Formats: sequence, C-alpha cells, structure tokens
Amino acid sequence: MRPILEISDLSVAYRAEGGDVRAVEHVDLTLNPGEVVGLCGESGSGKSTLAYGATRLLRPPALVTSGSVRYYGNRITHGGDPVDLLTMTHRELHAMRWREIAIVFQSAMNALNPVLRVQDQILDAVHAHLSMSKQEAREKAAGLLDLVGIPRGRLRAYPHELSGGMRQRVMIAMALAADPEVVIMDEPTTALDVVVQRDILSQIVELKERLGFAVLFITHDLSLLLELADRIAVMYAGRLLETGASGDIMREPAHPYTRGLLNSFPSLRGPRRDLAGIPGSPPDLRDPLPGCPFIPRCGFAVPACEAVDMTLEMVGGVKAVKGPIGHLTACPIVTPEMSQEGVLS
Amino acid sequence: MSAVRDVWRNLPLKAKIGTVLFAMFVLAAIIGPELAPYDPSYQNPDPALLMAQPSARHLLGTTQTGQDVLSQVLVGIRQTMLLAIVVGVFATAVSVIVGVTSAFLGGVWDELLSLVSNVFLVIPALPLLVLLLGYLSGKGQWPTIIVLSVLGWPWGARVVRAQTLMIRNRDFVAASRESGERTWRILAFEIIPNEVSLIAASFVNTVLYAIGASVALAFVGLTDLNSWSLGTILFWAQSNQALTLGAWWWFVPPGLAVALIGTSLVLLNSGIDELGSPRLRASRGAAKIAGHKIWGTDPTPVLAQLTADRSGIGEFLHSFSRDSLLDKTPAGGDLR
Repeated sequence: MRPILEISDLSVAYRAEGGDVRAVEHVDLTLNPGEVVGLCGESGSGKSTLAYGATRLLRPPALVTSGSVRYYGNRITHGGDPVDLLTMTHRELHAMRWREIAIVFQSAMNALNPVLRVQDQILDAVHAHLSMSKQEAREKAAGLLDLVGIPRGRLRAYPHELSGGMRQRVMIAMALAADPEVVIMDEPTTALDVVVQRDILSQIVELKERLGFAVLFITHDLSLLLELADRIAVMYAGRLLETGASGDIMREPAHPYTRGLLNSFPSLRGPRRDLAGIPGSPPDLRDPLPGCPFIPRCGFAVPACEAVDMTLEMVGGVKAVKGPIGHLTACPIVTPEMSQEGVLS
Repeated sequence: MSAVRDVWRNLPLKAKIGTVLFAMFVLAAIIGPELAPYDPSYQNPDPALLMAQPSARHLLGTTQTGQDVLSQVLVGIRQTMLLAIVVGVFATAVSVIVGVTSAFLGGVWDELLSLVSNVFLVIPALPLLVLLLGYLSGKGQWPTIIVLSVLGWPWGARVVRAQTLMIRNRDFVAASRESGERTWRILAFEIIPNEVSLIAASFVNTVLYAIGASVALAFVGLTDLNSWSLGTILFWAQSNQALTLGAWWWFVPPGLAVALIGTSLVLLNSGIDELGSPRLRASRGAAKIAGHKIWGTDPTPVLAQLTADRSGIGEFLHSFSRDSLLDKTPAGGDLR
C-alpha cells in the first residue's frame, strides 16, 4: 500500500553553544492512510521534536540535519511522485499546512486566543485555507462543532467559558477544518481527566473512521496507545527503539525499554504484581555514548550493547526490509524468549 | 565580574553605544570641572579674545565677554547631569512608592493615590514651571530640581501601578502572603524585583525629561543665570546673538552635549527593556545557523539545503566563522 507520510532517516538537532543537542537521530517512521500511529516516549525523548521537525515548525536554533519527509497525498501529488517537505519553500509549506497536515496542539488553554470568540478562531482557520463566502464559512464552522459534539450555540463563546474537554474538542474541530489527510496530535488529552480523555479518544477514532485521515498521536502514556493506536513507535533519547502493531507490543514487547514502560502501569485484568518502573533518568543528548542509549538503565545490558548500531530489525533476528513493516526492534541482544519478568525489578 | 561581562555581551549594540556614551558624560560630570582650563565666569579683558574662534589656548573659542566656552561646557555638564539624576532619583522613588502601594493596598488608598497622581498628571506643567521658577529664580538649581521632581513622578506611578496590579494576583504573591510575610517585605522582595526593568526604564525616561525641561527653562531664562549649566550657556549665547554673529563654537558644543545625553538615554532605555525580559532577547532578530540567517517565522532549516545553496564567496567567508566547526560534524553523522 502507498503510505501517506514517510519519514526516513530524519535527524533534528538544536544548535547550542557547546555543540549540537541531538534531539532526534535517524528516525524512520511511516504513516499509512487511515491509520493511527502512536509515538510514545518520556519527556525529552524527542517525540514532539520529531513531529514538529518533520513539519518544519521548529524555531531556531533547531536544525534538520539529515533525512527526508515524503508526503504522498493525492491532492498535491495527483498520484505521482511524493513531495519532500524538507526541500519545500516557505510558500509551498504554507499550502501544505492545515490543508494536508493539521496539528492539534498540546495545550488547548494556550493555543486558543483568550480574547477571541471560538467562532472567529475557527473562521480564521477556514478562511486561511479555503475560499468560501462568509455565510458558507459560518455554516462550516457550525458543522465542525457538530462533528466534535459541541452544541452550535457555543460558537459565540470565549475560550474561558468552555471546559477543558470542550476546548480540546474545539482544537480538534479546527484541525479538521480543511479536511486534512494527516492529523498530528501532540498530547491532546494530557491535561484532562481520564473520563473526558476516554470520551475524546473515542471521538477521534470515530472521526477518523468517518473522514479517513491518518493520525500521528504523540503521548507519554503507553497504556493509552495500546487501546487507541494501530501501530506504536517507542522513542527514547531521540531514537526509535521499537515499532510494531499495538497488539504485538502489548503481548511481546521486544526492547527492554518497552518492557520497562509496560511494567510501569498496572493492567486491569491479569494477576496482581508489583510495578517496576524504570530506574535512572534519560541520557545527555549533547554527548551521546556509543551504542544503545538505554545501556545505563537497562537490566539486560551486556558489553556487546556498546556496539549496537540502533537500526531497527525484525524481532527474532530476521533481517528486515528497509522501512518499518511488522514488529521491529533496535535491540539485537534481548530476544522474546528471554524472561519478561523480574529482570528489571 | 563574569556576571557583568555576561550581561554586557548579551546587550544589543544600541544599548552598548548608549552605555558608553552615557558613561562618558557621567565621567565628564565627575572630573570635567577639574579639567576646565579656566574659571568659566572669568571675563578675559584682552580685546583679541572677545568672541574668538577656537584656538590652541581656547579649544572651543570664547564668548562675547571673553569667557572660555570649553570650561563653561565642562562645568555645565556637571550641573545639568546632577540636576537630571537627582530629579530622576526623586521622581522615580516617589512614583514607585505611590504606584506600588496604591496597587497593592487597593480600596480607598488606591482611589486616593490615583486621584492625586491624576491631578498631578493634568496640571499643565510648563505654565506652572514658568510661574514657580519666576518667583524662585536666583537661588541656584534647587528650585528647578524640586519643581521638576514634583511634576515628574505621576507617569511612572501610573505604569508601576498597572504592573503591580498584574503581579499582585499572581500565585507567588498569594503564597508569600499565606506564609505570613509582612506587607512591606512582600512589596520589597516579591513585587518590586519583578518590576526592576520597568522602574529602570522609568528612571531613564525621567532623567531624559529633566534634562529636556531644565535646558528649556534655562534657555528662556527661568533659572539661576549665575550658575553654569548647559541651558544657561545656551541662554547667554542666544541673548548675545551668537547665531547671527556666526559664533557657532558658542552654541554648538552645549547643544550637541544635550543632544548626545538624550540620545544615550534613549539607547540605554531600549537595552534595559531587553535585559529585564530574557524572552524579548531570545525572540529578537535572526539566529545564525551554518552561516545563514534564520528568522523565528521561517520553517525549520535543513542543513543539506543551507550548505547547498551557499555561494562561493559565502562559503569562503563562512569557513572563518566559529560556527563552521559545527557543520563539519553534522549531528549524529558520525555515529551511525
């Protein structure tokens, strides 16, 4: 199948006085049409930098140092060759943004302007990218609110008059204004309680089914992704450690880091057990150690880890074709046969 | 010491120019009168030295009565700077006290103090100054200092009040109140440090206002004309028709000094603003990456493109910069 967005070998650095901070290193990630891909990692692992770097929204001193980001949307390519976001000019990017790739920003509180009515902000997004009359645009805005389940009467409300969940829905409605092919969601539910969170997630899935866009869902909450995402990519210290269908990741996590994450929250079913967590803290990205960045915190670490080249390979040692298909891991040391429990605790 | 050097390095160019210029005038105010070659009031009876052009003995020439212009300017700078800084300190202190207390205490106090500052704000300053100084002239600089201080504080007070109203509702103030800090301590250690850049800017503005007003008042003769300030030099030059007689050396140096002091203060003001809010500094101007200017609104730069479309000369020049060392080892390039 033809993917919709293909990130390959992407590296992003923040240029600082003492040298580059390598926030994202040689990451490959593919998004297929109508698919929800979850990007998961702890704070500072580079997941947001990856998404914003690929869409070129990062401000200096950020710098894309390698890779390509190919977009296959038919409205732009007409079925022909993909376009590369990294070689686009300012204008070309402007045409891409929101129409093709929309973003739901992290905190709806800050992303909505407190002194403008919700209606005006949605209309701004509509007018910036679609040419339609005022009347049509207003109808479109009302339709967008319908879509996310907010009564039309709230169009004239100010952001502070809405609850946190409603504000987040407004953000999602705005992202869908131009019927994008790809929606990047940067922790859209982080500030919300679990009930509202669940509500919004099921709404996202339902909208995705109806409108057929692909979602890149960024979060630090792996348990949430296990339910929501079709595929999950686990990121650590700027690198992808493991990708795979969420079922595979849940059943047999291959990388020790993923296992650590899965041991960090309780499961509803299954036996009672102590939560392990992952001791230690992420490494300094300015001065990376050779080999796997997870060595200092890894319960499985052996001397050979320092020679690991961090390419993703098929779980079970099968050499994979380039591009993440199936269940891939960056750890050649730990095999699925090795014990799941006990080592990290 | 290194903290001072850090601050200096982060200052924008115009603020550096302003600081150097202002420091020069402060220096002139401190040691200028000692350097003055003559007594500024001494009238040389030598007829060749009446309104004489600049020469080796009188670097800035002489006045119509044979006084040395250079000595007058050097003494005048001290007088004018002293007046301006004293007015600045007085007026700023009053404006901070009034602004902070009225905003922090609120209620009746706020109403009262706002009323007072509004009254002072609408008093037509110039006629009042003319009137008061008409009575008080001949008693040195102090009448001017007092009148300018009394009229100079309300602007600052309004600004400080507005800022304090904003800060007063922040959580850290509530927290310090909750932890039982005394009101004066909250004001002095919690609120005022947040307003330092604002207060400094207000001080600089007040100094600027004092210089402008005092020179203007002296120029129209409303001050003690026996003391030498930049304004009185201009007054004597004007009343003796220096311009029509073509004696440029008489009015250009003091006029230039006033203009330069004003310029230095304006430049300084913009620097203080950026010093006080680091975020302003970060978003100012373009970042330089791999020899290219990248503005905050530009799309994220791509290294391959930056190095590809550089011209031969640009490449050559870039190879000298410290930045080019970073390009040789692109991030992550050597690891894979």
